[in-house]
Amino acid sequence: MTKEERLKKRHRAEKRFRFYGLSSIVVALLFVIILVNNIFSKGSSAFMKTVINVEVFFDPELIEIKNGATEDEILSADFFDITIETLLKSYPTKNIDEEDGLIDLFTTDAEIEIKKAFLDNNNLIGKKINLEITASDDIDQLHKGNYPRDLPEDRRRISNFQLEIYDNFVESNKIDKNFNNYFFNNGDSRDPELAGIGGALVGSFYSILICLLLAFPVAVLASIYLEEFAPKNKITDFIEININNLAAVPSIVYGLLALQILLATIQLPRSTPLVAGITLALMTLPRIIIPCRASLKAVPPSIREGALAVGASKFQSVFHHVVPLALPGTLSGTIIGLAQALGETAPLILIGMVAFVVDIPSTPVDPSSSLPVQVYLWSESAERGFVEKTSATIMMLLSFLIVMNILAVYLRQKFEKRWN
Amino acid sequence: MNRLIKILLSFLLVLSFTSTSYSRDQIKIVGSSTVYPYATVVAEKFGKSGKFKTPVIESTGTGGGMKLFCAGVGANHPDVTNASRAIKSKEKSLCEKNGVTEIIEIIIGNDGISFAHAVTSPDANFTKEQLWRALALKVDIDGRLVENPYKKWSDIDGNLPNKKIEILVAPPTSGTRDAWNSLVMVKGCTKSAKSLYEAAGKKAKKECAKIREDGYAVEAGENDTLIVQKLTSNPDAYGFFGYSYLVANKDKVKAASIEGVQPSLEGIQDYSYPIARPLFFYVKKSHIGVIPGIQEFLKEFTSKKAMSNRGYLAKIGLVPLASDKYKVTRTAALDLITISIK
Repeated sequence: MTKEERLKKRHRAEKRFRFYGLSSIVVALLFVIILVNNIFSKGSSAFMKTVINVEVFFDPELIEIKNGATEDEILSADFFDITIETLLKSYPTKNIDEEDGLIDLFTTDAEIEIKKAFLDNNNLIGKKINLEITASDDIDQLHKGNYPRDLPEDRRRISNFQLEIYDNFVESNKIDKNFNNYFFNNGDSRDPELAGIGGALVGSFYSILICLLLAFPVAVLASIYLEEFAPKNKITDFIEININNLAAVPSIVYGLLALQILLATIQLPRSTPLVAGITLALMTLPRIIIPCRASLKAVPPSIREGALAVGASKFQSVFHHVVPLALPGTLSGTIIGLAQALGETAPLILIGMVAFVVDIPSTPVDPSSSLPVQVYLWSESAERGFVEKTSATIMMLLSFLIVMNILAVYLRQKFEKRWN
Repeated sequence: MNRLIKILLSFLLVLSFTSTSYSRDQIKIVGSSTVYPYATVVAEKFGKSGKFKTPVIESTGTGGGMKLFCAGVGANHPDVTNASRAIKSKEKSLCEKNGVTEIIEIIIGNDGISFAHAVTSPDANFTKEQLWRALALKVDIDGRLVENPYKKWSDIDGNLPNKKIEILVAPPTSGTRDAWNSLVMVKGCTKSAKSLYEAAGKKAKKECAKIREDGYAVEAGENDTLIVQKLTSNPDAYGFFGYSYLVANKDKVKAASIEGVQPSLEGIQDYSYPIARPLFFYVKKSHIGVIPGIQEFLKEFTSKKAMSNRGYLAKIGLVPLASDKYKVTRTAALDLITISIK
């Protein structure tokens, strides 16, 4: 083999390697695009809801309260008759089956929506207003094109009569799409049109807050002590190895630990963000300590030595000079640790977070679900409307993760000092 | 800021009282994932209609629910557990050991397991024995037990389609699989196979229920929605799941007949459809009066509005009880009749 040939061979090897690298990146990107596209195409419709415009007449005959009633009186009043009357007036029906079919086009919360409209404008008795009432899940899915209509009637959830009403509503422009406020404000529900991630959002927020409050100070202090003060001997080596091991322990193990200690022994209440927060804090602790120590290590010794040389104590040199310089790395490490905790499901299953919770939790000791758990719960539901809800919740979760990761990168880029 | 302080205070408060048990103003329910969709609907209506908070329902599976339920009395333990089968004697003795001596049993209705395929493939009819032969680990041929040799449905019976056997089965942890085992695998198991197992000194029930592992039966996970999706994309495959999933997805899948019977409300109600089972929940009587709303919840669950043929549970696929059985359930709920746990 001549010199030229060997050179060519080496160049070919380099080209091949570049090609492999590039193609693996392309394949990885392709998978991400397919995944994201799949989630977005299914989920984006969940941010809108279908509403039906109806005319509500607050007939004094059908209502027990008078104009100027207090809020409590209105809330306890019965709006059932008015609701049924309103819904039945929206389309002519011939018999009780058709009446049932018509009422089924609207959400089961129609009465509450009418009551709310009355509350907002408390002198409507004897007056007529136009109100947009949320459509039922079946009509919602039909209107969004997620449910086929060219099937024989017995294979469809919507009857021919209901289709006829729907077509009539569409023609007379009574059907509209609005922003889906329920998706953000409501807790879980068995009616897909009413189900929302409000409860899960609050639950996740409390869990992450508690996780932050517990894990951050402990992790920072532990890493400062280990890095700056602790003597380097076999014991600290042993601790260091174990921290690295703990960071690699599967999260479900922390769930089992919490089940035994927090729930069985200390008897904290099940299914609460408090327990979730403590569990996630245990899990996140080693994952924060590692980047914290790395960023402390990255501060050059000349800073410490300079501080000590002008008479600062060890404590002063660490807390006045080293820690502020290491802070950006510490913070971004913490944020990435919390982002991992936010997406964690396995330990939460064991501490009872996989639960149907309708009321939005007001304190960390109220039962609650969390975002990833909500995804899990809805993916198992039979109703068609939950398919888009599942994808939309994944979209929310992904966007939180992206925001947190961007924040971490930004903090590091903006405040990090480079030592050249 | 005020809210944040409150949150922090409540947090500290809880930590300082950690070992004292806390009180609860909300019903806590655990148990079967089959009963979960029905219980959640009732809970939601119950929460919306009255002065009580919406009960919290955890889906733990029947066995897991029983374990939590029987762990003791007090606010730290659930008040109700859902079950897709009756309580076992082992669980009763666990309950008794932990002081849970008064249990109310409520039968809420029936569930039929549908053996379904994609709407695009032709209608089918199977007997329990054919299903057992298609799924069993070992079958009897000419008086001997052999590893299941059937590859196509037509190998089992010439009248069945000449197609590869492909069945998606629920995992062993699910209540649906339990019910499938006892209603199809054990019932469909031939007499000669049973006696062969017994002659070999093995428990026939346990051995008959074993499912083949050579790829013709595919374990599909707990997620029934996923099974529906897989059936739609593969017209040759069959799968089984609760009747409510059939109702909700009737545009995508349809049920095969079992012994010539299609699953239907009436058929499941009077058990003329061969794979039907009752569903239950159990209530701790000692919690009534301690946790607010349990009695009212029982009333709501067993009301005609919920449980009758035109009730809201029937709409989502629960098969209502026949009227004589309904009366028993309603009386048990109103008079808080406990079952014997011996």
